[in-house]
Amino acid sequence: MIDFSVNGKRVNLDVDPSTPLLWVVRERLGLTGTKYGCGMAQCGACTVHINGEAVRSCVAPVSRAVGRSVTTIEGLSPDLSHPLQRAWIEEDVPQCGYCQSGQLMSAAVLLREKPSPTDEDIDEAMTGNICRCGTYPRIRRAIHRAAEMVAKGGAR
Amino acid sequence: MIGRKMLREKVERRDFLKVSVAATGGLLIGFHFPGISALASAQSSGQQVATDAFMPNAFVRIGADERITVIVNHSEMGQGVYTSLPMLLADELDADWSKVGFESAPVDPKYNHPAFGMQITGGSSSVWSGLEQFRQAGATARAMLVAAAAQQWNVDPASCRTESGSVFNGTRKVTYGQLVGAASKLTPPAQVQLKDPKDFKLIGKPIKRLDTPQKTNGAAVFGIDVKMPEMMTAVVARPPIFGAKMRSFDDSRARSMPGVRKIVAVPSGVAVIADSFWQAKTARDALRVEWDEGAMQNFNTSEMMQNFRDKAKSPGTSVRKDGDADGALSNAAKKLEAVYEVPYLSHLMMEPLNCVVDLRTDSCEVSTGSQFQTVDRANAAKAAGLPNEKVQLHTTFLGGGFGRRANPQSDFVVEAVYVAKALGAPAKVKVIWTREDDMSGGWYRPAFLHALAGGIDASGNAVCFRSRSVGQSIMAGTPFAAAMLKGKNYDPASVEGLDDLPYEIPNIAIESHQAEIGVPVQWLRSVGHSHTAFAVECFIDELAALAGKDPYQFRRAMLQKHPRHLGVLDLAAQKAGWDKPLPKGMGRGIAVHFAFESYSAHVAEVSVTEDKVRVHRMVCAIDCGQYVNPGIIAAQVEGGAIFGASAALFQELTFENGRLQQTNFNSFPVMRINECPQIETHIVDNHEKPGGIGEPGVPCAAPAIANAVFAVTGKRIRRLPIRLTEAV
Repeated sequence: MIDFSVNGKRVNLDVDPSTPLLWVVRERLGLTGTKYGCGMAQCGACTVHINGEAVRSCVAPVSRAVGRSVTTIEGLSPDLSHPLQRAWIEEDVPQCGYCQSGQLMSAAVLLREKPSPTDEDIDEAMTGNICRCGTYPRIRRAIHRAAEMVAKGGAR
Repeated sequence: MIGRKMLREKVERRDFLKVSVAATGGLLIGFHFPGISALASAQSSGQQVATDAFMPNAFVRIGADERITVIVNHSEMGQGVYTSLPMLLADELDADWSKVGFESAPVDPKYNHPAFGMQITGGSSSVWSGLEQFRQAGATARAMLVAAAAQQWNVDPASCRTESGSVFNGTRKVTYGQLVGAASKLTPPAQVQLKDPKDFKLIGKPIKRLDTPQKTNGAAVFGIDVKMPEMMTAVVARPPIFGAKMRSFDDSRARSMPGVRKIVAVPSGVAVIADSFWQAKTARDALRVEWDEGAMQNFNTSEMMQNFRDKAKSPGTSVRKDGDADGALSNAAKKLEAVYEVPYLSHLMMEPLNCVVDLRTDSCEVSTGSQFQTVDRANAAKAAGLPNEKVQLHTTFLGGGFGRRANPQSDFVVEAVYVAKALGAPAKVKVIWTREDDMSGGWYRPAFLHALAGGIDASGNAVCFRSRSVGQSIMAGTPFAAAMLKGKNYDPASVEGLDDLPYEIPNIAIESHQAEIGVPVQWLRSVGHSHTAFAVECFIDELAALAGKDPYQFRRAMLQKHPRHLGVLDLAAQKAGWDKPLPKGMGRGIAVHFAFESYSAHVAEVSVTEDKVRVHRMVCAIDCGQYVNPGIIAAQVEGGAIFGASAALFQELTFENGRLQQTNFNSFPVMRINECPQIETHIVDNHEKPGGIGEPGVPCAAPAIANAVFAVTGKRIRRLPIRLTEAV
């Protein structure tokens, strides 16, 4: 049995431990906000957090999550209140939206580690997340905006 | 996506009111589909839903709870139609925008694209084709609500006014929700007055997108996310070479793997059906399939391009002939010939292809991200052996479309129906394509070659322009073939952007050679313009250099009779500071192009270091006529520029011995955030007829970047993607 927690809830699953975490989250737990894009850690659409660290869940076997705490986009906030989600809405970032869960999960780690990121910090943290629609200019603006919100104490 | 000029004329002749009224009445049912409709999702989330609703026409439902649901007949693939089309309706309705939501339309002739005669999202046409449709629908609903209120108050409807979801008369006020019952009893008016544009409250404003919240918390449902109880997942082994046929397969290992339910031959290959994707995929990879490789087994793109070059040496089918280009060429003071080449491209939507089928003995429900509902439904019905009306298609959000999800054969839909049939009804199955499957599956932007020749006179004026294009037709075999190809020996989509060359050059010859190659091709964002603009705008730049003239001024001089081309060209040049010097190692390039009824110009600023081109800034000017949502327009232009820049800098599909050489993002790169330039979009403010916006941002990117590389290096880029080693 594979035992870990997802978005604060404990789960215990009978699943092949080599199955990528992505498919366990999507198909066994029904959390479809985390997306499949490439299956080889190239595009970042599948980004989740394991113990707070950004992980490409399409190549991470579920065994890697055992005893750990996984956060998916559904767990970023219960009510769109995370400063990044608020900034994403204010800057109208998404187009098709498919990559945005991964973008937000990567940005969340960046913002936690560097509360006032520079453009270079953003490039470095977000370069693993592809957006085919080309929302990068707005992602950049939204991350800066979220950082301002946090600095002004608007964050949770 | 298809002959816009022709269709534009057709749509303008269309009596929209008639369409709107014909779609009225007796339609109070048929909008709720299990698992998909707003009603179902609201119920499952425990929200209060109005049991009675006012549906004056097919496009809007007003609930007693004041909620206004706009039923949108175009697919949301990022371009913002779930916001811009509701804005049109809500403005005429004087709705309270905070109460407005959207729902995807089912497949029904009343949701046909007014110009294309079928339900489709393409050709950057949703807003211009929906403009009258959605405004009429909103105005009709408003008139009926006003009539209902006036009846209640026993006053003249003309003495009432509407604002933010209520009807007013003097100090009296009644909300739309309170009028639902009374309005439902009325007959829609035969004619309604549309607003004077000066009274618009929503149209023209950068209203936030309605779909953003659900795209920031993972709630948005794409085709790949559709869930049904007892649904199985299938992964299909498809031929490694186009046209190859399955000879036999050995599933001795695969069939005993965990979760595998069935392994079965389907027309497109061998389907492995399992309880979950990973099980299906793992078992699929353990299959051993023998293929008859067929005629394409020796196909190589390098040889194909050589054949294209040879073909371009002789004249092609004449598409346009002004004066005598060949004669003028031989008499020109200076002349130039240049061959431009572009490769096959993959649409590469972030969401790989997928399709869910719920097949029963006498009906079938398909859920997928479709751009081509009428065609997909008909093809699904044919595959299922059911009449059209027994098949429904639910359009989910599309994780990118770019044309791929409007496949003339509905390949990804039909295959899923066959997989369900192989299981036997009742069957619920989701077919998921891996990224590699998706990229290898064909239907690419065709590779093209444009051989250009031109000459200038002693004063440096262009006197002739000749193009010979070589490439595959994308319209052959599509539902548009009859209309588009009739009486022509060429495909207009191969030469769009060339055949309407706006430059005032006295002798022009546009010629086309059609290549027959067994690689399936189709429209990709900006279609023919994605390659013709590169050839034209680079060649015009080359002629400017030949004439010793500034490339911006050279274009200006030849566009004096084209004020809207000139408008965007000037705007982009001015905002970019065309005349301001740049640091050493940097250069600017400019391009202008008309496509999808909109005018676009880009100025790119690049630096070149050893073997690398870096785009620092792109200044984009767009004239799409009267616009609906400038925020969405800016996003589309930025995204289009990035899409075009990705192709210009990185992307190429090649075949060796019939096998595709690039199958994922590592070998077919997409621009990443660290490579993304600063992009500015400047929108021309006018009241011209609205044009498209999803595609016009793409074509200028490649030529602007390539011309900027010339400005830095003095060398020309004639093949995409840009490789400095190939510059001449």
